[in-house]
Amino acid sequence: MSPSPASSPPVYAVRNYLNTPATGLRSWLTTRDHKRIGVMFLVAVTVAFAVGGFFAMLIRVEHLTPGPTIMDAMTYNRVFTLHGVVMIFLFMIPAIPSGFGNFLLPIMVGAKDVAFPRLNLLSFYLYLLGAGIALWGMIHGGADTGWTFYTPYSTTTSSKVVPILLGAFVLGFSSILTGLNFIVTTHTLRAPGITWTKLPLFVWSIYATSVIQILATPVLGMTLLLVAIEHAFGWGIFDPARGGDPVLFQHFFWFYSHPAVYIMILPAMAVISEVVCAFSRKNIFGYKAVAYSSLGIAFVGFFTWGHHLFTSGQSPYDAGIFGALSMFVGIFTAIKVFNWVATMYKGSIDFKTPFIYFLGFLFFLFFGGMTGIALATVSLDIHWQDTYFVVAHFHFIMVGSTMMAFLAALHYWWPKMTGRMYSERWALVAAVFIILGFVFTFLPQFLLGNEGMPRRYFSYPERYWALNVASTAGASVLAIGFTIVLGYILVALRYGAVAGPNPWGSRGYEWLTPSPPPLENFDVLPAFERGPHQYHDLPAAPPTPAPGPAGEAAGASHG
Amino acid sequence: MNDLLRRLLDLPEQASQHARDVDGLHYFIVLTTLLVGLAIFATTIWFLVRFQRRGEGEATPEVQPTRWHEAVFIGVPLAFFLLWFAIGFPQYVDLTRPPPDAMDVFVQGKQWMWKFAYAGGPSSLDVLRVPAGRPVRLLITSRDVIHSFFVPALRLKQDALPGRYTETWFNADRPGRYQIFCAEYCGLSHSGMLAELVVMPASDFDDWLATQRRGLTRAQDGAPTPGEALLPGTSLVEQGRTVAAEQGCFKCHSVDGSRHIGPTFLGLYRRHERLSTGELVTADEAYITRSMMDPAAQVVADYQNVMPSFQGRMTPPEVAAVVEFVKSLANPAEQPGPSEGPAYEPIPSK
Repeated sequence: MSPSPASSPPVYAVRNYLNTPATGLRSWLTTRDHKRIGVMFLVAVTVAFAVGGFFAMLIRVEHLTPGPTIMDAMTYNRVFTLHGVVMIFLFMIPAIPSGFGNFLLPIMVGAKDVAFPRLNLLSFYLYLLGAGIALWGMIHGGADTGWTFYTPYSTTTSSKVVPILLGAFVLGFSSILTGLNFIVTTHTLRAPGITWTKLPLFVWSIYATSVIQILATPVLGMTLLLVAIEHAFGWGIFDPARGGDPVLFQHFFWFYSHPAVYIMILPAMAVISEVVCAFSRKNIFGYKAVAYSSLGIAFVGFFTWGHHLFTSGQSPYDAGIFGALSMFVGIFTAIKVFNWVATMYKGSIDFKTPFIYFLGFLFFLFFGGMTGIALATVSLDIHWQDTYFVVAHFHFIMVGSTMMAFLAALHYWWPKMTGRMYSERWALVAAVFIILGFVFTFLPQFLLGNEGMPRRYFSYPERYWALNVASTAGASVLAIGFTIVLGYILVALRYGAVAGPNPWGSRGYEWLTPSPPPLENFDVLPAFERGPHQYHDLPAAPPTPAPGPAGEAAGASHG
Repeated sequence: MNDLLRRLLDLPEQASQHARDVDGLHYFIVLTTLLVGLAIFATTIWFLVRFQRRGEGEATPEVQPTRWHEAVFIGVPLAFFLLWFAIGFPQYVDLTRPPPDAMDVFVQGKQWMWKFAYAGGPSSLDVLRVPAGRPVRLLITSRDVIHSFFVPALRLKQDALPGRYTETWFNADRPGRYQIFCAEYCGLSHSGMLAELVVMPASDFDDWLATQRRGLTRAQDGAPTPGEALLPGTSLVEQGRTVAAEQGCFKCHSVDGSRHIGPTFLGLYRRHERLSTGELVTADEAYITRSMMDPAAQVVADYQNVMPSFQGRMTPPEVAAVVEFVKSLANPAEQPGPSEGPAYEPIPSK
């Protein structure tokens, strides 16, 4: 898939990042413009999502019968590994920060670009390189370890685990460079007038994410390298027969991978804070509480990794500390949930597609979060650990919420990125399919976990059959929903109504510039007098150009 | 009430007091979560309807939280979270403190079976028998990769780690048969690593254990413990069958000619096998031995390379016995008569 926006220059636009300095493929591949890099990331992660989704459907179809359905056990083990690796390393981690973050963060701080544009492009190519290496490994055998690569299984398996590990290792550098770029940009390139407390909440959350990315990802790199070395040369780091410790790997791995959950969820919270304000036309309820709770999550998130090891034989003292600290991550999230809901109070709510995804986000975050709290009580985790309950829990909290936020972001910023509107009616239909499909995929899995069905089971006892079929049915609805989205956004690229600079009437800084934005983001740098979530002086604001003929006129006059 | 909620939540039977306690916490959390969730989503829907946009350019007031809001938003959830933790954590701590009078059972996980050994010698594969109403301490280890011993009916799970022992305990109070799973992914037949927990009335259990100790019904579901000397007097073929059963060969290799994860042993000896490389080999003693020690070297075509190496896991006499056992299953035309000395080809260690 080539970067599709390049192939359809909006008819109304005079000079914007899509046609400046050139429109050819080469000008995209060598660009240093953060917006183009963001768009390329979005296209790449969408392809990765389609691949990961394909693997997910294979898993669900396999589970239509208790025994073998369409594949053998070895293939199944590889498929669930690839589903996890692709979705986590190629989609969830880069999707919002590298895609939307790249596009929006520099505009939101009033900068012309990120601090290190070349490094930014390198980050994209590292992503492609890492994805390529992992893909090579998948085609030549694939790994059968699960995305968690637990030793000593991963160091003794005969499958191609090394290329997948190296792929993830390279992808880590992509993540680190992006994080580094965002931190420096936020510190040094804020436009005059944008103080720390006038930063959009999106920037706060992406900033917190970046801190985790540069502190935790190196640990993952080291860990994966150690596993690769042990697999290839047999050093015995994790092999008890040679004095190694297999559980050490789990500590290393979760020291990264637990904060990585927040690398996925914090950007989702970033998006939601923007969407709830823009569509409620209302200031955020408790700016500081929402902003600082992101930092709180980033900080406490580093000290909860042991809650993945309650059954691994760690001491009860460790388990108690990790369990209690996990509760505090829950508190920071609870603050945000209450504040988002309270933001709607006395607002002027425009019930458009991004707002539907906000409601979906709230649902998955609440139930995903509360099941997480239940797991952190330790005694319940002993029953649920490694069952489908945990599978359903993390799909709700990280996939469900992140997916909702990704779709909210896609719809909210689609007119900003492409200058065109999508079909609101089709978007509504797709949103209903996706939210219901997601609920019906994972609700049966919570029950399967209660009943005790362990995860990563190729075959399962008869009594789990009905709920597995229900889950597969839900997944099919979900797949239909995503297909609809892909359909109407591709149509919107060419045939969508021209959006104009600010179709939503949002006060976010990114809406102060034309859509799509010009090469260096602002033709004239605004004064940034108002806050990015400030709506109470609204009558003085310019009227919202509605999509359609009126919007076209507004867009033309701006262009 | 307990039974209704248990069924609504699809929870398995409760075979111990611990299971009932954990379920109690489960119900408490589910009910409070649903209540709070209902409150939050009702509020959301109410706001959504009440504050629907009525006209373009509609103004909104600035609303900021007071200290009171912040205190409630933090205090109420924190109070619930800590309350749940205060109930759940002691339940977990209890699992780490077995009573001093508990009966010990040694549990060993290996790809892909469970082995249970009782003090004094008796052991069994894939069936754990315990007395009802008496505490049982499990000392768990693994022979290869990490496994996890999981009994849903006891709400109990503990990882089996290679190179170290972990412990947990339970007191099953309802006689019956319960499923044991392996919960930590351990390779090809992870989902086939099933076993059964049989909770017997205490007196039945005592009788069973006594019979086991007398060795009268060893063949029923027993196999010798590792390192136990092969019984003198039995034929090498019989010894080979015992070793093959103990090492788990039959998990993948059938002896009746049916195709399974690995090639069948029936008629294997001196058969011409096409390898995945296209090469043709004769399955003689050397090939069979090498296949045990270095399975990846010569894989038969159409089979996955999934067999672990048994190098160092079997003594040379055991290897010889297994080879002799495989030879006994050869086609009649290929029967070579008794072998002279063990057909064992040592592989130089790395």
